[in-house]
Amino acid sequence: MFTDYLLSLVIWLPIAGGVLVLLTGDDKNAPLARWISLGVSVAAFVLSIPLYTHFDPATASMQFVEKGATPWIAAFNVYYYLGIDGISLLLIILTTFITPLVVIAGWKVIKEKVALYMASFLIMEGLIVGVFSALDGILFYVFWEAMLVPMYLIIGIWGGPNRVYAAIKFFLYTFLGSVLMLVTLIYLYYQAGNSFSILDFHAVKLGLTEQILIFLAFFAAFAVKVPMFPVHTWLPDAHVEAPTGGSVVLAAIMLKVGAYGFLRFNLPITPDASHELAWFMITLSLIAVVYIGLVALVQEDMKKLIAYSSIAHMGFVTLGFFIFNPQGMEGGIVQMVSHGFISGALFLCVGVMYDRLHSRQIGDYGGVANKMPVFAAFFMLFAMANSGLPGTSGFVGEFLVILGSFQANFWYAFLAATTLIFGAAYSLWMYKRVIFGKVANDKVEALEDATPREILFLAILAVTVLVMGLWPYPFVEVMHTSVDHLLQQASVSKL
Amino acid sequence: MFGMDIKTVYLMIPLAPLAGAILAGLLGKKIGRSGSHWVTILGVAVSFILSIGVFIDVHENGNTYNGEVYKWAVSGGIPLSIGFLIDQLTSVMLVVVTFVSLMVHIYTIGYMHEDPGYQRFFSYIALFTFSMLMLVMSNNFLQLFFGWEAVGLVSYLLIGFWYTRDTAIYANLKAFLVNRVGDFGFLLGIAAIYMYFGTLDYSAVFAIAPSHMETTMQIIPGMDWSLMTVICILLFIGAMGKSAQVPLHVWLPDSMEGPTPISALIHAATMVTAGIFMVARMSPLYELSTTALSVVLVIGATTALFMGLIGIVQNDIKRVVAYSTLSQLGYMTVALGSSAYAAGIFHLATHAFFKALLFLGAGSVIIAMHHEQDMRKMGGLMKYMPITGVTAWIGTLALVGFPGLSGFFSKDGIVESVYYSKLWGADYAFLCVTAGILVTSFYSFRLLYMTFHGKPRMDKHTEEHLKESPLVVTVPLVLLAIPSIFIGAILVEPMLFANFFGDSIMVLPAHDVLAELKEDWDGVGPFIAHGLTAAPFLLTMTGWVLAWLLYSRFTHLPEKIAQRAGLLYRALENKYWIDEIYFATFANGARAIGRGLWKIGDVRIIDGLIVNGSAWVVGRVSAWIRTIQSGYVYHYAFAMIIGLFLLLTLFLKR
Repeated sequence: MFTDYLLSLVIWLPIAGGVLVLLTGDDKNAPLARWISLGVSVAAFVLSIPLYTHFDPATASMQFVEKGATPWIAAFNVYYYLGIDGISLLLIILTTFITPLVVIAGWKVIKEKVALYMASFLIMEGLIVGVFSALDGILFYVFWEAMLVPMYLIIGIWGGPNRVYAAIKFFLYTFLGSVLMLVTLIYLYYQAGNSFSILDFHAVKLGLTEQILIFLAFFAAFAVKVPMFPVHTWLPDAHVEAPTGGSVVLAAIMLKVGAYGFLRFNLPITPDASHELAWFMITLSLIAVVYIGLVALVQEDMKKLIAYSSIAHMGFVTLGFFIFNPQGMEGGIVQMVSHGFISGALFLCVGVMYDRLHSRQIGDYGGVANKMPVFAAFFMLFAMANSGLPGTSGFVGEFLVILGSFQANFWYAFLAATTLIFGAAYSLWMYKRVIFGKVANDKVEALEDATPREILFLAILAVTVLVMGLWPYPFVEVMHTSVDHLLQQASVSKL
Repeated sequence: MFGMDIKTVYLMIPLAPLAGAILAGLLGKKIGRSGSHWVTILGVAVSFILSIGVFIDVHENGNTYNGEVYKWAVSGGIPLSIGFLIDQLTSVMLVVVTFVSLMVHIYTIGYMHEDPGYQRFFSYIALFTFSMLMLVMSNNFLQLFFGWEAVGLVSYLLIGFWYTRDTAIYANLKAFLVNRVGDFGFLLGIAAIYMYFGTLDYSAVFAIAPSHMETTMQIIPGMDWSLMTVICILLFIGAMGKSAQVPLHVWLPDSMEGPTPISALIHAATMVTAGIFMVARMSPLYELSTTALSVVLVIGATTALFMGLIGIVQNDIKRVVAYSTLSQLGYMTVALGSSAYAAGIFHLATHAFFKALLFLGAGSVIIAMHHEQDMRKMGGLMKYMPITGVTAWIGTLALVGFPGLSGFFSKDGIVESVYYSKLWGADYAFLCVTAGILVTSFYSFRLLYMTFHGKPRMDKHTEEHLKESPLVVTVPLVLLAIPSIFIGAILVEPMLFANFFGDSIMVLPAHDVLAELKEDWDGVGPFIAHGLTAAPFLLTMTGWVLAWLLYSRFTHLPEKIAQRAGLLYRALENKYWIDEIYFATFANGARAIGRGLWKIGDVRIIDGLIVNGSAWVVGRVSAWIRTIQSGYVYHYAFAMIIGLFLLLTLFLKR
């Protein structure tokens, strides 16, 4: 059956495609590089659809499992071992869904080193799918570290004037956390009886102190990626300097690997520490919602504003995970997927304006609706989705997390629900200053409305955001069993 | 009905306007201006006709419905659905919403005919109709919240319809954010219901509610609060936002920046009454908490009187009507608080007709005046636009509760209900609503005299061009004037004293003030006769005479009184300075805190001290280490010897 190798295909097709694109050479062959990239990324998306249609939502065990007959690295029992459950499934589809849009978004805008640009995204796509499907600790780690390289290149080569600072800050921040994770993986290898299988890790008995140390080591790796307060300051810098495509992938996909890590490692491996430190995680999450929400309000740079808004929205994800009930966890996962669509769409919207005016400053705009009515309509939808309007995907996750957190503690829900006000305030105040009003200056006067290519990717995202908001059922349905299983794992003490 | 399955009929009621909205919105350019108004009017007309059918079906045949349309999501084993509840209460709302919406659609053809955003406007108002219908048809809290926020969205889009006007885009942001404050409480209320009842389905929640009569929850550790009180107050915070009750009322007057048709449809007749509808719908919950009812009563009474007072000093014709709306919403809220839910809905219905009429009349005046809204520049319009003038008189007489007209019955029902209420705060409320009658009468007749009578005060050019509005404007005025006269007399007996609402509204016998009212009731005729001699009528007439004296007879007096009144006048003119206070504390406060957190927390402490600080430490350490790497072979050899020596010592000692 082709489904036996489906995961490998979804991982390696984009990577091989990326190498092929690199072979097209310099910018003389740029059109070829673009078309190959589009073809490969669409093919990868199409290949990922059977993952959903052939997925059995009734079981919590891993599906589409691939495990090498012989170890990959025999000395340490490292296997090429893949498999997905209802949680990783949606994140993989999110990844394959976003990448073609990024290719289309960079179609005309990227004029230099086109092949390298496109190849970076394709290779990164494969590596991120690898992160979401790896069931071997070392394999996970390899994908995890490798995916940083293309992103580092994207920011470092096509980024803004301050790109080197941002790229290095991004790399060091995330690298520092990862080193601790590697040490922990090795420790767990010995505890699990010389196995790097993540599923074996889940079964390892651990004392409370051990668990807390392991929890904190993983926390260092994952919290930086999410990013959680107070290790979030790399994100606004990285976004500001990254090209549009880089920002989209960063916000839509790369932040999710951190949150995914908490689900795959912290909760099942260290359940007692997770409960012990839940107050800590919840506190940081709520700080993200309130503190970052207020910080987002006063940003003058649109990308920084959306970056801060991302941090606040990711606060909902981690909040949902650590209140240990199905509404919270499912809400958190839905929020991850939805945030992928919405933040991606918002960065694309900023990109559309940036390509015309070469500024991200809110103050340089005003009255854009007069000149770009079609674009303004799309931007309105995404700004509303970002404020969690019912009927858009942005509502679903927030709603479930608020329902869940109310059950844990009234005040969690109270603080989380302030996003209703802050989210609307920073999203719509920005929208007002950029889009509404009289035409602010000659540059705005000269703006032209969205091109068919731009309308294409904005419309795809708009439909997705609406469908997920009006009928989240198919998204939530595939994850029930996996979430219940995970909550079960997290509730059984290892002491 | 009409040869269709009844479920199809229910579905078509909201979907017909939605289809119109989508067609006008996406294909507006293709189908053109008339195409856009035809598809949306057709959609709303279908919806109106079907609503009438449903109304008859519910009241004549007793056919109610409660069922799921589709499953939205399932989480933790609890299904969350989209579904319809069609009962007596819903059917009233359906007819009111679709009728006023249809009138406003037709009127818009005349009002907006020169506007470049014509198609967009029709698309929005049809979308609004869809959202409002989903709200009132819901059988669960999820969909209620959907409709709740969706009408808020369309209200936002329509207040900011003229998006190049600074005042409009300020007003729409303000409206959305203030409503979000209400929704914040509303959502927490829904979360509380979800937690304690394990479902968001109305019928299931209402069935379980009585068993939670004694349940308490601790929000502040050590303090036991009644669960039902907490839930009802949280939900009511939502209603305070949507129905513009003090202190969340500040957005409604500013919403007048939107085009007049939507002021009539959204900000007078329908959306702002969503909060009233919601509380009535939740009567099985509110009945379980007298504390919550008292809160509702006091908030409503405060709104009814103090917002009406502001209306006295406004000079913008639309703002007078807006403050009047605030005040009337307060009356409806008072009815809810005294457990006279039926009286609240009755006033909601009559108010929808006469207030939409007054707004559309004001719009007609504004068209004639070339978008001048200041009443000080009007006067004497009656002879130029008699249809508008006469219908405005009808609307006003209905509003002030002139015996026989619709507002008389519904307002009197409220005043008497409060009189019989024994809840804490009922005395205060009775005082407010009674004094409110005088206030209402004064600002209403003031508006009439300043606008339609006396000497024309506009410039020559405007005066020469004054003429009655076209038929698309005047026909809706006439069609709204008819129910403004008669609907009260027709509905008063069934709605207040017969079992009109059936099981859709629940009142505990101990709270049933309408039952006490019923004992004095002997028909419409005697009621009117009695009304002509009662105190409220005296107050109305006093207000009328005062307005006539000040604004028709001795027109130089108001200015003198204003100067004498000093602080009182300034308080009213500045709307008690509430806007300024909110702006200084919430808007500026949030920005100041945000800036502080950013500049100090993120930039100085996290980045400055921790991130760059550790980089600095690493830099210094490595600079120091670098000095060890001198490059001289003998340094390294020496270091190796020391190391070897140390290791040997350790090894030997073991």
